[in-house]
Amino acid sequence: MHTLPQQLANGLFLGSMYGLIAIGYTMVYGIVQLINFAHGEIFMTGGFGALTVYFYVLPDGTSMWIALPAMLIGGALVAVLIAVGAERFAYRPLRGAPRLAPLITAIGLSLALQQVVFNYFPDAKNDRTFPQLTSQTYDLGSVHVQSGQLFVIIAAPICMAALGFFVRLSRTGRAMQATAQDPDTAQLMGIDTNRIIVIAFAIGGIFAAVAAVAYGLRYGQIKYDMGFQMGLKAFTAAVLGGIGNIYGAMLGGVVLGLAETLATAYIDGIPGMQQLGGGSWAPVWAFVLLIVVLLVRPQGLLGERVADRA
Amino acid sequence: MRHRSLLILTTVLTTGALTLTACGSRDNKGGDKAGGTTTVVIGVDAPLTGQNSATGLGIQYGVQIAVDDANKKNLVPGVKFKVSALDDKANPASGQQNATKFVADKNVLGVVGPLNSGVATQMQQVFDTAGLVEISPSNTAPELTQGKNWQTAKSRDYKTYFRTATTDALQGGFAADYAYNTLKKKKVFLVDDKQTYGAGLAKLFKANFVKAGGKIAQEDHVSTGDTDFSSLVTKIKNSGADLVYYGGQYDESEKLTKQLKDAGVKIPLFGGDGMFSDTYIQTAGKTSEGDLATSVGVPVTTLPAAKQFIADYKAKKYPGDYGTYGGYSYDAATAIIKAIGNVVKDGKVPSDARTKIVDEVQKTKFDGIAGPVAFDQYGDTTNKQLTVYQVVSGKWKAVKSGTYNAG
Repeated sequence: MHTLPQQLANGLFLGSMYGLIAIGYTMVYGIVQLINFAHGEIFMTGGFGALTVYFYVLPDGTSMWIALPAMLIGGALVAVLIAVGAERFAYRPLRGAPRLAPLITAIGLSLALQQVVFNYFPDAKNDRTFPQLTSQTYDLGSVHVQSGQLFVIIAAPICMAALGFFVRLSRTGRAMQATAQDPDTAQLMGIDTNRIIVIAFAIGGIFAAVAAVAYGLRYGQIKYDMGFQMGLKAFTAAVLGGIGNIYGAMLGGVVLGLAETLATAYIDGIPGMQQLGGGSWAPVWAFVLLIVVLLVRPQGLLGERVADRA
Repeated sequence: MRHRSLLILTTVLTTGALTLTACGSRDNKGGDKAGGTTTVVIGVDAPLTGQNSATGLGIQYGVQIAVDDANKKNLVPGVKFKVSALDDKANPASGQQNATKFVADKNVLGVVGPLNSGVATQMQQVFDTAGLVEISPSNTAPELTQGKNWQTAKSRDYKTYFRTATTDALQGGFAADYAYNTLKKKKVFLVDDKQTYGAGLAKLFKANFVKAGGKIAQEDHVSTGDTDFSSLVTKIKNSGADLVYYGGQYDESEKLTKQLKDAGVKIPLFGGDGMFSDTYIQTAGKTSEGDLATSVGVPVTTLPAAKQFIADYKAKKYPGDYGTYGGYSYDAATAIIKAIGNVVKDGKVPSDARTKIVDEVQKTKFDGIAGPVAFDQYGDTTNKQLTVYQVVSGKWKAVKSGTYNAG
């Protein structure tokens, strides 16, 4: 069992990435009760935004330590622009429409964004190589980490803490809470709900961009359809943690990441389970976990009981 | 008002779409006559976008060069060849649709492809029913030619299917022999992607490696499209294996090797022709150093006959890897063109041209750019050459070429 610390760390890294993306689903759902299925693609465009900054804006051979902040900003800018644009032109006109209409719009938008990147971004038809911080790896006790993993393990808690303070302490954050509770009353009290909704989309975009940079640093490449699978996993994480709750999204992500990793590592070691273990069965076990959690706690791990929603 | 303008827009779009498709449809008489020459189409089916597309494009352009050469040299008088390439996205269902399209177009007299064995299994029946010849430059699963029970009772199910690549029965054995006897590896961690090609290759490697005296530390499977292998990597690290054998394509193995080396596991990854691609080295970077792959045939660059082909490929600035199957695609297309030359005289396509072309391809015998081209009674190539490549200073370097005798 001495691989356990390493496997837990693997799960934590993967789960933090899911959690960062899941924030976008949960923020938007909490405020407008919309499942933004195009969020996976916002994550993807964030990655391509960062790539653009590195290859087409900065001079060749810029050190990654200087380039990384610029890439984060560039990626976030692109992701926020797309997220806010999607809200303004695709979702806002449908705000009064039945719930199904914006959902279908989101799926359409997701396909459209994928195809636009696929067709118009230079060489996006193949995997694009993502610049690496260092090829160095670090040993922390019995745990071995790579620089991309280090990035996500530092970035995720910082982002999470910043978001927590923002929502709890700032004026805008309190307005967000009010809008989430009751948009109509909030508007009557003088809160500009449209602005709040835009901010929710924008924050989702920033977090998605951070996750996309982490993804690129970890796996060494990004591609036009990477948002689909990651988006689906992150959405699962958001539901697992209790959709609408930002801490739930992070927790859900980490639990999902751990579940996948541990399932890959240990299920096939259990006598009689050899056929049901290994890497290809990991998603199955992750979804089994989701079903079990939802049976016991339909509102998710940290979700509130909101019978009138969803 | 809004509804009316929508209606008009829809009408205009529909009319436009219908007109365009009508323009695209062909007369089904067999052969467009244009200025005294007949146009004959050679179909290509391969993944041209997304997964596996680097090697897929190599197939498309390999065929394109063969067709250009045939037109330039006027190899078949009265016939002008054209390439029609369809994208199967490495997806069996798309491959089957493409096969149906090719069969329906009477100008198509032969098809080169597909890249993936799993896709081929869904295309063979369609081509066989229509009697249209299909030559794959890259399929390696033994059952495609020799039937499901190829190990005990060989039988050929589809007489229109041929291939210029040799089979995994030889490739898996060749790799196992090299791993055990040359690399002196004794304990292997086996990973595959559960696809027809990957799982088949891994199984054959395992059988031969164990027979040679080696041990299998553990086995695991991944899904195509997976990106995170950290958990698997930890398992490999803990298993004490001195080699990882991967049955599958470069899309997953390039990430696996990167994460493996990043985690401090300094053992090489060994795979089949599915990961023998420059993209593999590009993505995995320095972490791919020392990794190995077997591939069919001998390196194209060492063949004098292929010099012109490589020069043409580079001159046209085609993307994709010609290295893996480009030469075989050229030879596959040439085999079809030569067969057509024996059937189509003076630009006249006989009504049973497709059937006759299948018979002609069976009799093929010529020196291709990647070695002699001829087919045995199952449709397999008689050229059983294989090569082991290793990544040395960021390039695939041939380390051993030869043939492997199964048995």
